[in-house]
Amino acid sequence: MTNSVSIRDLSLSFGAVKVLQDLNLEIRDGEFLVLLGSSGCGKSTLLNCIAGLLEPTDGQIFIKGRNVTWEEPKDRGIGMVFQSYALYPQMTVEKNLSFGLRVAGVPKEDIQRRIARAADILQIQPLLNRKPAELSGGQRQRVAIGRALVRDVDVFLFDEPLSNLDAKLRSELRVEIKRLHHSLKNTMIYVTHDQIEALTLADRIAIMKSGVIQQLDDPVTIYNRPVNLFVAGFIGSPSMNFLHGELAEEGGRAVFRTHGVSFSLTGYEATEPLAPGRKVVLGVRPEHIHVDNHEPGAEMHDAVVDIEEPMGADNLLWLKHAGHTMSVRTGGAKRFAPGTKLQMSFDMSVASLFDAETEERV
Amino acid sequence: MANISTLNTTAAGFDAVSDQVASGPRGRKPRRTLSPRNIMLYGTLFVFALYYLLPLYVMVVTSLKGMPEVRMGNIFSPPMEITFEPWVKAWAEACTGLNCDGLSRGFWNSVRILVPSVVVSIAVASVSGYALANWRFKGSEFYFSILIIGAFIPYQVMLYPVVIALREIGVYGTLTGLVIVHTIFGMPILTLLFRNYFASLPVELFKAARIDGAGFWQIYFRIMLPMSLPIFVVAMILQVTGIWNDFLFGVVFTRPDVYPMTVQLNNIVNSVQGVKEYNVNMAATLLTGAVPLIVYFLSGRLFVRGIAAGAVKG
Repeated sequence: MTNSVSIRDLSLSFGAVKVLQDLNLEIRDGEFLVLLGSSGCGKSTLLNCIAGLLEPTDGQIFIKGRNVTWEEPKDRGIGMVFQSYALYPQMTVEKNLSFGLRVAGVPKEDIQRRIARAADILQIQPLLNRKPAELSGGQRQRVAIGRALVRDVDVFLFDEPLSNLDAKLRSELRVEIKRLHHSLKNTMIYVTHDQIEALTLADRIAIMKSGVIQQLDDPVTIYNRPVNLFVAGFIGSPSMNFLHGELAEEGGRAVFRTHGVSFSLTGYEATEPLAPGRKVVLGVRPEHIHVDNHEPGAEMHDAVVDIEEPMGADNLLWLKHAGHTMSVRTGGAKRFAPGTKLQMSFDMSVASLFDAETEERV
Repeated sequence: MANISTLNTTAAGFDAVSDQVASGPRGRKPRRTLSPRNIMLYGTLFVFALYYLLPLYVMVVTSLKGMPEVRMGNIFSPPMEITFEPWVKAWAEACTGLNCDGLSRGFWNSVRILVPSVVVSIAVASVSGYALANWRFKGSEFYFSILIIGAFIPYQVMLYPVVIALREIGVYGTLTGLVIVHTIFGMPILTLLFRNYFASLPVELFKAARIDGAGFWQIYFRIMLPMSLPIFVVAMILQVTGIWNDFLFGVVFTRPDVYPMTVQLNNIVNSVQGVKEYNVNMAATLLTGAVPLIVYFLSGRLFVRGIAAGAVKG
C-alpha cells in the first residue's frame, strides 16, 4: 500500500535560518497525524510546504504516490483549515464554500450537491446565507472545515484550527473533528501546540523541536516511553518530575541514587545495560507516584506534603523528599494538609531514565 | 451558638453597607455642560473655526458684489445687492491671452486630465501594491526600494528630463503627455499605500484562495478588491485633489489651449491689463477650489463608512 503523504529529505531555509533540515516523514493512508511542538519549531512551516504555500529549499513531497514538489496548491489534492478561519469576509457562507469549485469551473448542480453534503455533515445549513461576520467563532471554523470538505480532497491539513476558540468550544470541536475523521477516513495532518489536542486526536504524534522530529509514535508510547528529555518534559501537564542522580548497584540489582537515597529500578525496561556510576535523570509522571493504594511489595519512601492544589477531579500534591520537590497526582476525595508526613512509592514500569549527557532514553 | 452570633453581626454589617449604597452616588456620574474643560474646548474650536472661515467668508461675499461696491473697501460687510455676474464672467467670459471663454475651458481640460490619470494610476498602483505584498518575486524588495526613493525626490529635479522624454515620444504639450506624467508621479506613494494595505490583510486569506485554486487576477478581483474599498477611497482623494490642484506640471508640460484650470486661474487673477476685478477673481478661485472641496465633503462620509465596513473582521 502506498503512503498517503511522504516527505523525503525536506529542507527549508529563510536566508541563513534553517527552519527544516532533512526531514523525513511517512504518513499512512487514512491516518490522523499530529505535528506537535512549541512555537517556532517548524511545524506550521512543514504544513505550508505540504500545502504548496512555501517552496522547500531541498527535498521532495509525495501525495498519493505522486511527486507534487513543484505542483500548485490546488493540484495537490489537499484542503487546508487555518487558525484565523480565513473566510472571505465579503462572501456568504455558501459562496465561501463554493469559491474553489466556481474557480475550477465545476457544474452548478454538482456544486449544489457538494455544498448540501458538507453542510449536512457539519450541520451548517441554517448559516448558508450569512456573512462570516455574523457567525460565532465555532461556526466560522466549521465553515472553514466545510470549505476543505466540498473540494473532495485526499488530505486535510489543519493549522492550529482550534487555537482561537475558548476552552469549551475547543473541546466540543475537538470531538467533532475526531468524529469527522472516523466517518470520512481521510488522511489528516494537524498542527497544534496543545498537547491535549494531540493526545486525544492523533493516531500518531510527531513531536518537533527546531525543525527536527524528536519522536514519531502513537500517543500512549509518546506519553509513557518518551525517547528523550525534551519529549518527556513537553508532554504531560503537570509535567514529569525529573530527579538528577546516578546509577548504582545494591545487592546485585540496579538502583537509582540521588541525595543519598536509593530507588530500586526493578520493573524498569531498560534499552541498554544499566552500568553503575552513569549520570542519569529519572523521570516519573505525577500519577505514577503513589501515596496510598501502594502496590504489594513496593519500595516505600518518606516524604512531607509541601502544598496541596485541589483541582476538582484530582488533587495535586507537592512533596518534599531528600532535597527534591515533586508533584504527585492523587484522587480528588482525600485531602492532605501541608506538613503531613506520608509514604510514597514509584511505579517504575512506566518511569523513564535518561542519560544526563545525551538526554536520550536509557 | 458562636456561629449564630457571628452570622448576625455579619448580616448587620451588610445592612449598613447596603444603606450606604442606596443613598450614595449611583449610576453615571453627572457632568456639567459649562465646565471649565468644555469652555476651553469649545472656545478653542470656535476661535480656530473663525480663523479659517473668515477668508472664505470674505471670498464669498466679495464674489457676490458688483465692482462699485468692492471699491468701497468694506471687505467684511455683506453685499448690499447680490449679483451673480462675477460668477458668470469667471466661468464663461474672463479672458486669458486671446481666449475669452472663461474658466470653463480650463475646467474641461482639468477633467480630461483628471479622469484618466486617477483611473490609470490607481489601477496600476493597486495591482503592483498587491503583487508586492502577496507575490514575492525575485527582486521585489529592490523594486520596492526604488519606488520608495522615487517618492522622496523633488519633482522640480525631474522637470527637464521629463520634458525631453515627452518630446522624444511625441506627446509634449498634449493632454496625453500630462496624463502620463501624473500617472507616473503618483505611482510611488500610491503603490506604497496599497502595498501596506494589502500587507495588513490576513495572509491566510491569500493562502486559502490559493488552495481554492484562484490565480493572480482571480485573487485580486474576487478576494482583495472587495475588501479594499477604504483604501481605494483614500487613494482617490489623494489623486483627485493632488492632480486637480497641480500647477507646476500643468504649466510646464502643456500649451495654452490645453492649460488645466489652475493655470488658467493664475492667468486670470494675475493678468496685468485693465482693472483688477476682485469679484471675478474670487469667483474664479472658488470655482477652481470647488472640485477638491466637493470630493472631501462627499467621500469624507464614504471614507468613514468604508473604514467601518472594513473593520468588521471576517
